[in-house]
Amino acid sequence: MKLTRRDFIKTQAAVTAASVAGVTLPASKVLADEKWDAGIRWDKAACRYCGTGCSVLIGTRDGKVVASQGDPDAPVNKGLNCIKGYFLPKILYGKDRLTKPLLRKKNGKFDKNGKFEEVSWDEAFDVMAEKWKAALKAKGPTAVGMFGSGQWTVWEGYAASKLMKAGFRSNNLDPNARHCMASAVGAFIRGFGIDEPMGCYDDLEKADVFVLWGSNMAEMHPILWSRLTDTRLTKPGCEVHVLSTYKHRCFELADNGMVFKPQTDLAILNYIANYIIQNKAYNKAFIDKHVQFNKTPTDIGYGLRPEDPREKAAKNRAKGKLTKISFEEYAKSVEPYTLEKASELSGVPKDKLLKLAKAYADPKKKVSSYWTMGFNQHTRGVWVNGLCYNVHLLMGKISEPGNGPFSLTGQPSACGTAREVGTFAHRLPADLVVKKEAHRKIAEKIWKLPEGTINPKPGYHAVLMNRMLKDGKMNCYWQQCNNNMQAAANLNNETYPGWRNPDNFVAVTDPYPTVSAMAADLILPTAMWIEKEGAYGNAERRTQFWRQQVKAPGEAKSDLWQTMEFAKRFKMEEVWPPELLDKKPEYKGKTMYEVLFENGQVNKYPKQKVTDSEGNEYMNDEMEHFGFYVQKGLFEEYASFGRGHGHDLAPFDMYHKARGLRWPVVDGKETLWRFREGYDPYVAKNNPEGAKGDVFFYGNKKKNGGRANIITAPYEPPAESPDKEYDLWLCTGRILEHWHSGSMTRRVPELYRAVPNAVVFMNKKDARKRKLRNGQMAKIQSRRGEILCRVETRGRNRPPEGLVFIPWFDAGRLVNKLTLDATDPLSKETDYKKCAVKISRA
Amino acid sequence: MTISKTQRKQTDVNRRQFLGTVFKTAAGVGLMGMGLGLYAKQSSKLPPQAIRPPGALPEDEFLGACIRCGLCVRDCPYEILKLGQLGDQVPTGTPYFTARTGPCEMCEDIPCIPNCPTNALDHALKDINKARMGLAVLIDHETCIAYLGLRCEVCFNICPIRGKAITLEYHHNKRSGKHALFLPIVHSDACTGCGLCEKACILEEAAIKVFPIHLAKGELGHHYRVGWKEKEKAGRSLVTPDIKHRYNLPEGVRYDLQGEGLIIEPKGGQEELPMSSNPLDTLNKGLENK
Repeated sequence: MKLTRRDFIKTQAAVTAASVAGVTLPASKVLADEKWDAGIRWDKAACRYCGTGCSVLIGTRDGKVVASQGDPDAPVNKGLNCIKGYFLPKILYGKDRLTKPLLRKKNGKFDKNGKFEEVSWDEAFDVMAEKWKAALKAKGPTAVGMFGSGQWTVWEGYAASKLMKAGFRSNNLDPNARHCMASAVGAFIRGFGIDEPMGCYDDLEKADVFVLWGSNMAEMHPILWSRLTDTRLTKPGCEVHVLSTYKHRCFELADNGMVFKPQTDLAILNYIANYIIQNKAYNKAFIDKHVQFNKTPTDIGYGLRPEDPREKAAKNRAKGKLTKISFEEYAKSVEPYTLEKASELSGVPKDKLLKLAKAYADPKKKVSSYWTMGFNQHTRGVWVNGLCYNVHLLMGKISEPGNGPFSLTGQPSACGTAREVGTFAHRLPADLVVKKEAHRKIAEKIWKLPEGTINPKPGYHAVLMNRMLKDGKMNCYWQQCNNNMQAAANLNNETYPGWRNPDNFVAVTDPYPTVSAMAADLILPTAMWIEKEGAYGNAERRTQFWRQQVKAPGEAKSDLWQTMEFAKRFKMEEVWPPELLDKKPEYKGKTMYEVLFENGQVNKYPKQKVTDSEGNEYMNDEMEHFGFYVQKGLFEEYASFGRGHGHDLAPFDMYHKARGLRWPVVDGKETLWRFREGYDPYVAKNNPEGAKGDVFFYGNKKKNGGRANIITAPYEPPAESPDKEYDLWLCTGRILEHWHSGSMTRRVPELYRAVPNAVVFMNKKDARKRKLRNGQMAKIQSRRGEILCRVETRGRNRPPEGLVFIPWFDAGRLVNKLTLDATDPLSKETDYKKCAVKISRA
Repeated sequence: MTISKTQRKQTDVNRRQFLGTVFKTAAGVGLMGMGLGLYAKQSSKLPPQAIRPPGALPEDEFLGACIRCGLCVRDCPYEILKLGQLGDQVPTGTPYFTARTGPCEMCEDIPCIPNCPTNALDHALKDINKARMGLAVLIDHETCIAYLGLRCEVCFNICPIRGKAITLEYHHNKRSGKHALFLPIVHSDACTGCGLCEKACILEEAAIKVFPIHLAKGELGHHYRVGWKEKEKAGRSLVTPDIKHRYNLPEGVRYDLQGEGLIIEPKGGQEELPMSSNPLDTLNKGLENK
């Protein structure tokens, strides 16, 4: 009775509630939702993950992110998210966030072999600065280095660049984008004299033919793939060609799916060029006016250590100087790549190759080529990027809506920070390089440095940094915003011994206890993503800003705060030689922080309230701490590098209002397609005599009068191929649910549950030969290490016989113990797609 | 002594008997209780194909309120409502219907509700379109012939909340290359769960089925909002309205940011002529360029 009565009363209440709400059922839930939404403040931010650059809206209440949604006004994603973006707020609230600096200590003192103990920021920086000062004194600027990120915000990368290149006068600054984009950069510069794609995502709606070269866009750029798919569904005659070394989800949509033998993409591209020439399909008018033909040295080695026999055997190790050739010479160079030869080398049936070649060669079809790591992580990465440009340039299919080659980025700001800011060992902002005196002078002028401050010799790139740590030539290393211990190839023999070398001091800035943090000497807890004001630049040159939404937990501080605070620990006398300081006596006695960041430019904008159009107020911890609008000052100083030089960025405040702007932004106008008159204001400026709608590759204006470079390069074998003992190719990569090393996504319970561990995707026949079945544990061994993985023969990736695929997100099974640290000798980017392994039952 | 002995013996026996009986009884009652409990628990779980009449309270509350009087069953003009029988999976005496054999015809006056003595069927429900008896789910895309490209659309055609509870989405048919697929999509904000579609489905076993809402619906993560719906609800962008974007574009080309993107205007006859519209361009070109 009692229960019934209670039920009755409850029922009445529910009914009343339901009628008040005007809904029948389930009333209680509706009410709960409305209450939940009350008082949420919404603001925009760029997604934390890939280079697509989706925009999300962040719902904050009581200092916590409680809700999110896709930004319906964002042109990239129009309110959509992928499954990772759906769970974005949860990356901030993993239960093992680092909130205090941690230092390895024994008996109250730093000890390389001690256990991590909580320390104050003061103690952390005291110890770190002492180590850096000792290294600088003993060996000079090349003894210190910093490893940054394409996930850094624009100003974090810029501040780091100033710290290393101007402050410490060391060019040992490289981003993890070296593992990701460097080959694309190399080919852009060689081909066009200026970095980054000429097209934009609007090509996804404008092209008739899509060709994916080593890109699993279906999983890696999910929102772009949904755009491409829709075009394929709705546009008459639209074709999708997919090339990969194994079948993946893009093959589901492919009209022409091709699985080729690793490295033979070089041969396939040369065949297409040959086909175009043999059939006289090339655009002669375009070639005559806009193209120069070149060859590049061959047999250039594999970026391994110099004592490696493969390096000793290379005739032109790491050489890349171009030599001008004639069209006829070029035609002759690709002549050997007949359909038969390409098919034989690649294993792709002739009819499929022919279909692909015809699509490129059809003057009526607009072709957009997309690639990601299949091209870039390649010991001939620069070459293969260039071979794709060759095909587009032969046809004149470039720099117009629907026609163009497009390199997709893996990181949210690989373009915006790593490339545009120039946080590479050889670069300065806005495509300037340290090698060139004129470029150094520009940077020295903007940075108010005496002439000769910037070191003309490029620093150690990512892979070389690990080697130099191991060899004890670089002794201090600071990693920010990435997880190189899980990423860098050949962990057992290069990375780990380098980090643990007793002579070295390694600091890692991280929000979570990653594999890198575990191997460090000092861990600095950081503010993530929207715990600081930020800016990212996506793959289509779109710069997007966000405001600080919440406070970082505990004592965590942003990478920007850390970089600038660390600069305070050094007097100029400790980092510059007296003769340099004599040229700027006013810097004597000052700290590096004062010279770099209180230079009258960075600290130009005073402290102010940060508000949105609703009048909501936002915090800005860096502005609060340093006493000026740090982000604005850094951005404006940085932007002065590129304005007027083809890299124009809009004024700072405009980005807080806009849903991203694609540079160059000239007179408030965005640029969608570069190098074509009408679309790109720099064409008329550089080529005033040019015809309407004509192309001009102004990046090469000084070099060759504004022509793009077609660069011939042959097929050459990879650094390591399967043999009798190590009889399988290993390819590594990502999956949809996890992003990069999984340091964020693996802390989202639903994503973790969805795919908790990496598996080895393999062909059923290969598994059977090794007496392995789906789900069994297998031992995967290379010449460098071994890991255990469960076998997956029915999964989303379907490798052909002879190849296996393992994703790298899983900190529990480090696939970089297996991978080879062979790089493209030109771009220095590691080839994570090809090495030899063997597999047995575990 | 003998008596007492006998008595004692009797007492002994009696005590043993008593204890034994108590134990047996206790065990028996316990077992029965367990059985009853299991039965009660089982019977309070409505099988998915049994749908409650319109206006029924949430199942727990409904079971507490329904006195098994059968008035709603009596009042149903289509005689689709039944009472759970002993041995049925439906709690004995409570009303339900089965969509595949007898769906709710959605009477405008909802005659099953007014005579309900306990409000187990909510008297506040006056509009049958607001009833939420269950939710239709297109449960099998492999057998639904619309997904094969055949022109069926029977469920769409029979749906009483026409064009709202079930809509058709047009997709490109990749197989044929020149036809469209007409895919039925159920919308929970309009579907009453009447079951007419399930009854009408032309397959041997329906591909579209009505389920109790808790079985049919997923639940969005509590943190997540659907961006474009929030915008619609607010009637504007939730955050800073975007700036007016301007682009570097050649003549005759527009850019529609929130619409179709780049728009290349079809060239009119005039524009196809080789000369510029500005005579000065022609005049200043000079003859040597001719």
